[in-house]
Amino acid sequence: MVSPPLIYALLLLAFPLGAIVLFSFWTQDFMDLNTTFTLDNYREIFEKPIYLSLLQRSLFVSTVVTAVTVTLAFPVAYFVSFHVPAHRKSLWLFLITIPFWTSYLIRVFLWKVILGYNGVVNTGLLNIGLIDEPLTFILYNVNAVIITLAHAFAPFAILPIFVALEKIDRSLLEASQDLGESKYSTFFRVTLPLSMPGLVAAVLIVFIPTIGDYVTPELMGGAGGKLIANMIQTQFLALNNAPLGAALAIVAMLCVTAISLIFVFLNRRYLRGRS
Amino acid sequence: MSLRIYAIAYLIFLYAPIILLPIFAFNDATIIAFPLSGFTTDWFKALLTTKALHTAVQNSLYIAAVTALLSTTLGVCAARAGAMYAFPFKRSILGLVMLPLVLPEIIVAVSLLVVIVQIFDFGLSNWTVIAAHVLISTPFCIAILNGAFQNLDPAMEEAAMDLGESRWSAFRLVTLPLVMPGIISSMLIAFTISLDEFIIAFFLTGANPTMPVYIWGLLRFPSSLPVVMALGTILVALSIVLLTLAEILRRRGMARAGLRDKGGFL
Repeated sequence: MVSPPLIYALLLLAFPLGAIVLFSFWTQDFMDLNTTFTLDNYREIFEKPIYLSLLQRSLFVSTVVTAVTVTLAFPVAYFVSFHVPAHRKSLWLFLITIPFWTSYLIRVFLWKVILGYNGVVNTGLLNIGLIDEPLTFILYNVNAVIITLAHAFAPFAILPIFVALEKIDRSLLEASQDLGESKYSTFFRVTLPLSMPGLVAAVLIVFIPTIGDYVTPELMGGAGGKLIANMIQTQFLALNNAPLGAALAIVAMLCVTAISLIFVFLNRRYLRGRS
Repeated sequence: MSLRIYAIAYLIFLYAPIILLPIFAFNDATIIAFPLSGFTTDWFKALLTTKALHTAVQNSLYIAAVTALLSTTLGVCAARAGAMYAFPFKRSILGLVMLPLVLPEIIVAVSLLVVIVQIFDFGLSNWTVIAAHVLISTPFCIAILNGAFQNLDPAMEEAAMDLGESRWSAFRLVTLPLVMPGIISSMLIAFTISLDEFIIAFFLTGANPTMPVYIWGLLRFPSSLPVVMALGTILVALSIVLLTLAEILRRRGMARAGLRDKGGFL
């Protein structure tokens, strides 16, 4: 019964992933592929500063986006789980997920309208007299990329945290307060550690995919806000250098995976240290 | 109380771009910026006369429909197997099938591009886009269908088989009606995902672009932006209708399976 989806995943996921690993060890000779095994692509990535600086910026953006998204999302998940009556919870979750499913491209573009020179933020602030001239640090740079990505991935962060919070036995919180802990220390010593699995899932589900987005940096990042995904896209579609693009994709994936593993490991140590 | 205010402010932040969409779609100016100038329906009328857009929409609808059908079929197989049977390597197999949920989309895109074009030397077409969209929508379908299958008692199908039904007709007559709302909900979600997907479609689309790829082309020309706003308004309205339907059906399916609704399909 499980074989059709398994065969599909093997053919269209495992096999292609294997193929780009193989590709990354080949080279492009103008129109032809040179299939001799070589580390040239990786050497080029680690020797030319452009690739490393793009990678560094990408990892920085992904980290900040993850931190911002998860921090902003936690109180919302907490509110829905602890303060919304049971029969209204699905409505709240539904409202939170709707924007996520609607035209991604247009949503990104509209952030340009919000943050632009004549945008909503600037005209609003000018009208109430808070600023004298339009702010320019919020479009065509890394800040704009971060804001837009944090918006795009918001539901991804809220849902896993919500699920973890729902699983917490409410009597534990009462017990903690009966034993003399204040509301705040109950939160930090009971609720937060127990919600950790959801928090970790939220971090991973935001951090890993953000590295692969080239739409937001392309539209919002201007010249200085391009990321590694833009370079991968350029290598494949414009420069016709699939092997180098494949190597870039693999290096980016490895970095993201390594950071994720370190994060999960540190988190386990933190939880073990507590108990 | 302050938490409620924060949550509402957060919702406003989530909806900010979507709320702007209809405002500019009906605004009588070619520049997408404030202040607004006047009311017009010209941008919607322009949509009716743009031939290239119509082909792109047709393409996307076709791709989305096939994707919905295929990924839901695969989702039913996986959710049913996951809920009813024990088999070797169950966790790793389901893990592999669910992997696209966390894989960066560009990785899926480039790896399929390499295999399809460079290794097999196939041309890009609607089918290459469908192949990729099925891959990324299946995990979502499984997540929804798990809710429908999990509380299903395997004894019911067994009882039907004991009473003389074949394996397939037991599934068709007993299980299928119970999970139908989940199936339709899963198809609607897969349809919405495929209709909206750009990152992968941009790599794998053939000579006929999908709608998001067509929109991407328009975004470069300032004069076509109001039309994009009008198109976006229609798309957002359509997605909201589809999602509301999916949500209603998902809840009905959960109720039919006797589960208490915990909300959300992720």
